[in-house]
Amino acid sequence: MEPLDQDLDAAEIELPADPMIVNMGPAHPAMHGTVRTVVELTGETITKADVQVGYLHRGFEKMCERGTWTQVYPYVDRCNYISPMLNNVGFSLACEKMLGITVPERCQWYRMALGELARISDHLTCDGAMAMELGAFTPFLWMIKARDLIWDIMEEETGARLTHSFGRVGGMAAPPTDGFKETAKATVDQVLRVIDEVERLLLGNRIFLDRLEGVGLVSAEDAISLGWTGPCLRASGVPYDVRKAHPYLKYGDVEFEVPVGSTGDCFDRFMVRIEEIKQSARIVQQCCERMADSGPVNVDDPRVVLPSKEEVYKTIEGTIRHFKIVMEGLKIPAGEVYSYTEAGNGELGFYLVSDGSGTPYRVRIRPPCFLVTSGLERVITGQMVADVVPCFGSLNMIGGECDR
Amino acid sequence: MAKALVELVEKQFPGVVLEKHAQHGDETIVVDVAFWRDVAMFLRSSPAADMKMLTDLTAVDYPDRDPRFEVVAHFYSLAKGHRLRMKARVGASDGTNAKIASLADIWASANWMEREVWDMFGVVFDGHPDLRRILLYPEFVGHPLRRDYPADRIQPLVEYRAIPGIQKIAPFGADEGMSFGRQTHDARPPADGPDPEVFPEDAN
Repeated sequence: MEPLDQDLDAAEIELPADPMIVNMGPAHPAMHGTVRTVVELTGETITKADVQVGYLHRGFEKMCERGTWTQVYPYVDRCNYISPMLNNVGFSLACEKMLGITVPERCQWYRMALGELARISDHLTCDGAMAMELGAFTPFLWMIKARDLIWDIMEEETGARLTHSFGRVGGMAAPPTDGFKETAKATVDQVLRVIDEVERLLLGNRIFLDRLEGVGLVSAEDAISLGWTGPCLRASGVPYDVRKAHPYLKYGDVEFEVPVGSTGDCFDRFMVRIEEIKQSARIVQQCCERMADSGPVNVDDPRVVLPSKEEVYKTIEGTIRHFKIVMEGLKIPAGEVYSYTEAGNGELGFYLVSDGSGTPYRVRIRPPCFLVTSGLERVITGQMVADVVPCFGSLNMIGGECDR
Repeated sequence: MAKALVELVEKQFPGVVLEKHAQHGDETIVVDVAFWRDVAMFLRSSPAADMKMLTDLTAVDYPDRDPRFEVVAHFYSLAKGHRLRMKARVGASDGTNAKIASLADIWASANWMEREVWDMFGVVFDGHPDLRRILLYPEFVGHPLRRDYPADRIQPLVEYRAIPGIQKIAPFGADEGMSFGRQTHDARPPADGPDPEVFPEDAN
């Protein structure tokens, strides 16, 4: 066997002078979600990057134009599939804005509580996956365990762990269960304990900090120009949160802070999410305290809300109403609206165009992730290859939402 | 607040605002397509408008109208907290000649959103640095969010792309080890084993 440590004369080695092209993805173990990043390398430094999305495109906007307004819910569920409740609420609010109706107070608190629980699950997944991709597997498992507790509540409330399709125009599919408040409060406390443990595990870890701090810097101007919203924008130091800037539901009545980063690096994006979990927990507690135990959840509007089953079976008016809403779809007056809410990744907008029939004319979902991912190219150019992983992780790209 | 904004645009560009409304509280202007870029520039640079963010850019297809497409942009001012929707109408009723100026050098967010509108509606953005398809693949024929694109249309599987300088080596034979994946239905092996002429690799 010849020795491996051969003496090589450097002059004899022909080193490649051309930059090297490397494909990362679409299926790469360090990239959650299917996205392809073609990077041009000089040594280990990325000189050019091309981010290609669309691997999860399912034509939702086209499919939305083929059913009723209510049949849009399963599609918005599958956009951001780690916080589907926020999408449900966002779409409900958009339709209600067009109809000019406001849901009862109890429903508003309920939507907020469920939405904030979904936000916690979104941020838990993002931060957990980010830690895992940097080699810290334990926090990931703990955070997923905490997320599972939230999904247990969701299952109890909606019957589904992941794709709830629980929102309805003018209310929710069902009122809160009897034990909802107690379970939600207890779960939120448990989640906070997990967050505390995760912080102690990660924030004293040199490897973790060195790989995040000062990596993937984005200035506030860049973030605004790129159309970033949500945690990524706030990490760059812009305190824009739809819940504070343009309160909807009861967000004007609850107390919470908007965490803001200072440098806009990956570590700030990580920490903004951690802080937001704590703030969301505060909101859930307040919602549970202020939500009434009884009272209507759906608006009293026969145009949009299905009658109770008893009415359907016992009265002809109920039967007809049920038939009309299911078969023709609820009618939304002709016009257009842009409604926006704060989803897990930022401003989730719905630009709806109605022609007055029971079928949407156009449903444009403004996905926060799409614009955040469009900035990935700018974030990773000039970084090292290994930095792609934390940069991409910190942006929290959700394939379903980005590609629709 | 946003009402004043519409007046500001009307004052700066007389005769350019073709229509305006404020349905559901969303201030909307429809502008002459030739001034699309100028009005957008003004909205960003004017201190009274201060639209530092282009939140959304999309299109709507009205096949019965001429011009056919409505390109819709939503602007937002972080400092002032007001929004404005700006629309322009482009394209002949057969879908051709849909051209509008690109905003990609004013807002970075326009880059991908304009690519998406091109991909989905076939609206060409003049001056866009990199107008490629974004959600669909280059071989896709047509623009699916147009009303006349049938939702149940199936497009054929794409052949392996021939890229100069790159030799594509399928790792496990021609089907990449996924006999269930990329198969053609015009030549099936007979039931008693593969036909050596159609599948020469399998025969040996």
